Amino acid sequence: MSAKTPDPQSVKDELLKAYPKKVARKRSKQIVVNDVNETKEVPEIGANTRTVPGIITQRGCTYAGCKGVVLGPTRDIINITHGPIGCGFYSWLTRRNQTSAPNEEDHNFMTYCFSTDMQDEQIIFGGEKKLAKAIEEAYEIFKPNSIAVFATCPVGLIGDDIHQVCKQMKEKLGINIFGFSCEGYKGVSQSAGHHIANNQLYKHVIGNDTNVPEGKFKVTLLGEYNIGGDAFILEDIFERCGIKLLATFSGNSTIPQFERAHHADLNCVMCHRSINYVADMIEKRYGTPWIKVNFIGAESSAKSLRKIAEYFDDKELTEQVENVIAEEMEKVEKVRSEVYERCKGKTAMLFVGGSRAHHYQDLFSEIGMRTVAAGYEFAHRDDYEGRKVLPDIKVDADSRNIEELEVEADPELYSPPSEESIKALTDKGYRFHDYDGMMPEMTNETLIIDDISHYETEKLLEIYKPDIFCAGIKEKYCIQKNGIPCKQLHSYDYGGPYAGFQGAINYYKDIDRMVNAKIWGMVDAPWAGSGKPSLSGEYVRA
Amino acid sequence: MTATATTTRKVAIYGKGGIGKSTTTQNTVAALAEMGKKVMVVGCDPKADSTRLLLGGLAQKTVLDTLREEGEDVELEDIRKLGYGNTYCVESGGPEPGVGCAGRGIITSINMLEQLGAYDESEALDYAFYDVLGDVVCGGFAMPIRDGKAQEIYIVCSGEMMAMYAANNICKGIMKFAESGGVRLGGLICNSRKVDNEKEMIEQLAKQLGTQMIHFVPRDNDVQRAEINRKTVIDWNPQAPQADEYRTLAKNIDQNDMFVVPKPLKIDELEKLLMDFGLFDQ
Repeated sequence: MSAKTPDPQSVKDELLKAYPKKVARKRSKQIVVNDVNETKEVPEIGANTRTVPGIITQRGCTYAGCKGVVLGPTRDIINITHGPIGCGFYSWLTRRNQTSAPNEEDHNFMTYCFSTDMQDEQIIFGGEKKLAKAIEEAYEIFKPNSIAVFATCPVGLIGDDIHQVCKQMKEKLGINIFGFSCEGYKGVSQSAGHHIANNQLYKHVIGNDTNVPEGKFKVTLLGEYNIGGDAFILEDIFERCGIKLLATFSGNSTIPQFERAHHADLNCVMCHRSINYVADMIEKRYGTPWIKVNFIGAESSAKSLRKIAEYFDDKELTEQVENVIAEEMEKVEKVRSEVYERCKGKTAMLFVGGSRAHHYQDLFSEIGMRTVAAGYEFAHRDDYEGRKVLPDIKVDADSRNIEELEVEADPELYSPPSEESIKALTDKGYRFHDYDGMMPEMTNETLIIDDISHYETEKLLEIYKPDIFCAGIKEKYCIQKNGIPCKQLHSYDYGGPYAGFQGAINYYKDIDRMVNAKIWGMVDAPWAGSGKPSLSGEYVRA
Repeated sequence: MTATATTTRKVAIYGKGGIGKSTTTQNTVAALAEMGKKVMVVGCDPKADSTRLLLGGLAQKTVLDTLREEGEDVELEDIRKLGYGNTYCVESGGPEPGVGCAGRGIITSINMLEQLGAYDESEALDYAFYDVLGDVVCGGFAMPIRDGKAQEIYIVCSGEMMAMYAANNICKGIMKFAESGGVRLGGLICNSRKVDNEKEMIEQLAKQLGTQMIHFVPRDNDVQRAEINRKTVIDWNPQAPQADEYRTLAKNIDQNDMFVVPKPLKIDELEKLLMDFGLFDQ
């Protein structure tokens, strides 16, 4: 890697050069040279807008965001995809979100794929009857406590009323059954699906359990999806610290966890983009405050644990948290210092998700690597610039298409922490329901690109030649054909867990192995370069 | 690819809902059959009532119901019935009101007819008539005029304002498909509602659209009487004057050689037409 970083403004100009005028104007708003001033203000970025047709985007669909991301990791609910078979099949276990049922007899439906397998007949005559039958059949065979139904594109086009079917079947079978109108075409990206998932979980699940759970320091972890076993690591840390984790949305989760989530004292938000709606709605209805945490990176994990302990302001808890941090950091430091020597000065690019492109920068900086460019696939302006810009975000027609729930304080259950305790904390600089976003935490002159296109990806690889590029499966092999390793941050390839302290150790090692492998310097095509084929021969004459 | 008899004239009938498409089609088909023509009628309405008068009642099992019940094992004879004058009657069928997708149903059933060879040369059809539901609301209802299907279209209309709006709108649809395929407008059939200056107004509308009024069918209660008897007028009372009107319409269609790409009117042009004729003091 060359020591000198290219000038980001000229890179931006170069990227835009290939586009027609109108496209260039639109992309220009989504490609920003970072410039953080003293008050942590950053330039405005265009985000959560439609991808220009013809551009190869990283984005997924609304159904993927709803069924795949948010509801996918919950093991004891039967998720039925109402649609032709492809949508169900290709969203089946592809995210590597793991789960672990405590007992053999506990429900775990995640290894199954449920679909109504719509055919021409259901498209013409309507699919409601087949859906009702599918729900009944799933119930007969598996006896689950809850069933969810996910609408795919054709369901929205022909107007099947999935909510009515769910309601009828709920009455008939006596279990919780609800639907998601998450037709793939609904939003500009999978982000719309997250919002729809949040709304329905809030309406149909959260708050159903009225029994107050036992234990002190009750929290939830929102926006953690147990990719590669991340949640297992965090559950272990929380337990050792003495923090009672009531529910995780939705890594290694169950529906009963969601049902009691409103009893928590504090909600901790990891992936702000996918779950902030639930955090906000719980706060409005039950008074539970939320804070932003990040358990990706050893330092960030320590910081997040201290933030939770600070909220509860309990000597014993604080001590225990410090003990756990000290114990873990010792292990981390051993690996980190060694890996640091081999990785320092190297560069990374992250173009993924709605929070991962931000969180994983911490892991890279811990081993001395610089993030030179980053961007989200489906995030909104607040994830880039911070929640302070929320009042300025223009709500366009695409966003209005997604239901915004009116939430009011529950007359009986609304019990926020005392104003004095909140004030005591905020006076010390403690911040509730806030997120600074990615850009204020990145250095100046880095390049921020929203909804990066395939073309821009290849151009960045060519200009910057980063030591590693983090993205997803669609980009992975194109990147690697350019002689640059790609770490998938949706599925972690075959690796992980990467959360918490042990996760950080795993990540350092994996990145060390990738960026220092000599193989990447050897991937020129055999026919390129010397001009001679690596093998040659001729026909034998008869 | 199934061979299609080049001599078969494929005709689609469009028009505003309730204007009398099915009635006009069946009465005209009866006249064509009387002339010795071999005709197939394909009803493209989920209500499946496009062949009632030819069959003497709602006796036809629809293509889609047959497909649903028999699975892949469908024969042409399962979905095609012989009606008045040896006409072939087919009903596409479709979902109950308010569910599913009727448009997709039409696409499926027309494909099925093609697969089963209903248009093959061996069938020796002189005419295939598509009787299509109301407006061209979505892609499915345009299926009969896609490339390779119906080549000529007649629009049933009257001098009532909304019927003329609908006719003009259908012309926009035809224009789209005429550009990419071979479909042409054969003319307007005026099914009279006894509106003032109706004949002159529709003749003028046809002229402005670049087409012709192929026949003015006067209003006559014999049509209603025949319908109550589940018959076309020709079948019910061959001597009725109205039977001759349908014979004339059939003859005009049979001898028609004016096939055009219509030029739809702008809304203000259409409104001016209505003002000029509709407010004309007799």
